[in-house]
Amino acid sequence: MNKTLKNAIWILIAIIGASSIGGIAITRGENINALWFIAAALCVYAIAYRFYASWIATTVLMIDDTRSTPAERLDNGHDFVPTHKWIVFGHHFAAIAGPGPLVGPTLAAQFGYLPGTLWILFGAVLGGCVQDMVTLFLSTRRDAKSLGQMAREELGPLGGTAALIGTFAIMIILIAVLGLVVVNAMKHSPWATFTVSATIPIAMIVGVYMRFIRPGQVLEASALGVILLLLSVVGGRFIDQHETLRLLFNHEGLTLAWWVMAYGFAAAILPVWLLLAPRDYLSTYMKLGTISLLAVAIIMLQPNIKMPAITQFVDGTGPIFGGKLFPFVFITIACGAISGFHALIASGTTPKLLSNERDIRMIGYGGMLLESFVAMMAMIAATVLDPGVFFAINSSAGVVGSDAINAVAKISSWGYPVTVEQMQNLAHQMGEATLFARTGGAPSLAVGMASIFGSAFGESLLALWYHFAIMFEAIFILTTLDAGTRVGRFMLQDMLGNIWPKMGETSWRPSVIFTSAIVVSGWGYFLYIGVIDPNGGVNILWPLFGIANQMLAAIALSVATGILVKSGKLKYAWVTGLPLIWLITITSSAAWQKITSDDIRIGFFSAANDLTHKLASGLLPPEKASIAPQLIFNLHLDAWLTLFFVSLLWLIIFDMLRVCSRHLSGKPVLPLTESAHIPSRSVEDWVRD
Amino acid sequence: MSTKLKAFWRFIRCLSGDDAYERYLKNHARYHKTNTDHNCHGPLSKADFFKQWQDEKWNGIKRCC
Repeated sequence: MNKTLKNAIWILIAIIGASSIGGIAITRGENINALWFIAAALCVYAIAYRFYASWIATTVLMIDDTRSTPAERLDNGHDFVPTHKWIVFGHHFAAIAGPGPLVGPTLAAQFGYLPGTLWILFGAVLGGCVQDMVTLFLSTRRDAKSLGQMAREELGPLGGTAALIGTFAIMIILIAVLGLVVVNAMKHSPWATFTVSATIPIAMIVGVYMRFIRPGQVLEASALGVILLLLSVVGGRFIDQHETLRLLFNHEGLTLAWWVMAYGFAAAILPVWLLLAPRDYLSTYMKLGTISLLAVAIIMLQPNIKMPAITQFVDGTGPIFGGKLFPFVFITIACGAISGFHALIASGTTPKLLSNERDIRMIGYGGMLLESFVAMMAMIAATVLDPGVFFAINSSAGVVGSDAINAVAKISSWGYPVTVEQMQNLAHQMGEATLFARTGGAPSLAVGMASIFGSAFGESLLALWYHFAIMFEAIFILTTLDAGTRVGRFMLQDMLGNIWPKMGETSWRPSVIFTSAIVVSGWGYFLYIGVIDPNGGVNILWPLFGIANQMLAAIALSVATGILVKSGKLKYAWVTGLPLIWLITITSSAAWQKITSDDIRIGFFSAANDLTHKLASGLLPPEKASIAPQLIFNLHLDAWLTLFFVSLLWLIIFDMLRVCSRHLSGKPVLPLTESAHIPSRSVEDWVRD
Repeated sequence: MSTKLKAFWRFIRCLSGDDAYERYLKNHARYHKTNTDHNCHGPLSKADFFKQWQDEKWNGIKRCC
C-alpha cells in the first residue's frame, strides 16, 4: 500500500480514537452509546499495537527473528514444540483470561463508567501489555524459565523466594474470592445451583469419553459437553418449578461454601483427565463463544450507558466497597488492565511453544489487549443497567439493610431511583426469587448480559439468558478454582520437599491428600469468613486480591527493569520502570489505607476495634455477636497479610535497585542468564504446519 | 471459500488438540528419519499417546484469573 494512504489511515484512526475518548470523558447528563466505548478501545489498541508495541519490540527488546527459540532448540515433541502463532495466541489467551476481568470492572462501576474505562484502556496499553510482552521475551531468551527462576538467577535468592511466596498467597486469596462469587450467585437459587452442579458430572462424562470411549477425539467430546451444558441451563428451569426437587438445590450461602470446599478438595486429588482437563475444554469454548456473542450483541444492539460518568462514591463512601477513587479503582479493576498472574503464564508456559521471536509482540502484547477488551465489555454490561438496579444487586444487606423497602429507599436517596416492584419484576424475568444483595459481581453481570442478549436475540428468553450467563461465569471460576488448588498443592509439595523429600513426590498419596487439604483449608477459611460476613465479604476479599495481584505484577516488572538495566538499556528502563512506579504507588497507598484508615469500611484495624468495642458494650444483636470474635480475628489477619504483601514488594524493589546501582557503578552483579545466540533453522513452511 | 473453511477447521482442530495424535505421528516419523542411530521403538497408540499428552499438559500453572 502506498505510504501516504497508510499514514492517512493511521491519522484517521487516531482522530476517531481521540474523539471517542473525548466523547466518553466530556459527555454529561445525557446518555452515551456503548459503541463509543468499543470505538475508543479499538482505536487505542490499534495505535498502541502498531506504534508503541512495535517500538518496544524493535528498539527496546531488539527482537531478533533469526535467533532460534527454546521451542525450536529444545523441541522434544511434547512440551517444547514450535507452534503456529495463532495457535499459541489461542492457548495464551485461554490461559490468561479468567473471571478477573469480568468481576473487577463490574465492581469498579460504582465510581461511574469513566474512571474504570480509562484505566482499562491506558493501564493495559502502557502497563499490562508491556509486562506480558517483556516477560514473554525474557523467558524466551532464557530457555522458557519461570518468573521465580529468572528472579532468583538475575536478582538473587530474595527475589526468587518473594516471587514464590507472592504466587502462593495470591492463589489462596484468588480462589477464596472466586469461590465467594460463585456462592453468592447460587445462594437460594435452585436454578443456578442445579446448573452449576450439573457442570461437574458433565465434565466427567466428557472426560471419560475422551479417555476411554473415543480416545483423543477432543472436538467430538467437547461438542457433546457443550450440548449437555445448554440442556442443564434448560433443566434448571424444570428443577426450579418442581415443588420437591427445588428444595434439593435451595441452600444457604454457608452450606454452599462447604460444598465448594469439598468440591475443590476432590478436584485437587482426582486425576486431571476426569475433571480438570474436560472442564477446561468446556470453559474455554464457553468463554470464547460467549465473549464473541456479547461483542456481536453490543454492536447489533448499541445499548445506551445509563450509569453516570462519575458517581459521588469517588469520595470513598461506595456501597460495594469502601475507599476513594485513588487508589481503589486501580486495585479493583486489576486483571483487566494489568495482572501479575499473566507473568506466570508468559514465563514458563507460552515460550515453550513460540516458534519465532517475531511472534512475541502479537502473543504477549496482543493477548493482553484482547483481555482488556473483555474487561471493557464487562464494564459496558454493568453500566447499561439502571444505576439503581445495579446498586440494589451489588450492595450487601450490611450496607442497605436486609429489608427490600429500606434498601430501595436508601439507594433512591443516593440519587439512583429504584422501586421494589422494579426489582421484583426483574427478578421474576430472570427466574430468581430475589436479586437484592447478590454481591460479587456475577449476578449483576449476568443481568446485564441477559438484558443485552435478550434485546438482541429475543426478550422471551431472559431467564434462560440469565442462567446461561451464570453458568458461563461459574464454569470458568470453578476451572480456576480446580487448577489453582492443584498448582497450590504442587508449590506446597515442592516447598515441603525441601524439608522432607518424600513430601515432594507429587504422586505419593499421603502427600497429595495432606497438601491438598492444607491448600483447601487456606482458601476455605477466607471463603467461610466471606460468607458469614454481614457486609458480604467481597468488600474485604476483592481489594486484598487486587493488592496481591498488583504486587505480583510489580515483582514481574522489577525483574524486567533489573534485567533491562543489566543489559545496558538504562535509557529504556522507563518502559517497565514507569508502570512499576505507578504500581508501587497504588499498592502501597492502598495497603497503607487498608491498614491505617480510621474509616471502619476501609481500615482493617479500625473495623476490628469498632467491632470489639460494640461487642464489649453489648450493642450487637445476638446473631452478630456470636460471629463477631471470628470477624475480629479475621480483620487482624487481613491487616497483617496486607502488611506482609507490601513489605515483600518493597524488599524486591530494594533488591532490584541494589542490583541496578551495583551494575551502574561497575561493581559485580549476577551475570545475565540469556542463552547463547543460535541461528534459527526455521523457514516458514517447516514449523508453521 | 471451501479452502478458507478447511483452513479454519484445521485451525480449530489444532487449537483444541483434536489433531494432536496426527501431529505426534508426523513428528515421530520426522525425528526417526533424522536420528537413524536412535534406539528405535514404534510410536505410541492413540489412547496411550493421549493419556501422556493430557497428563503433561496439566503439570504446572495453566490457568489464571
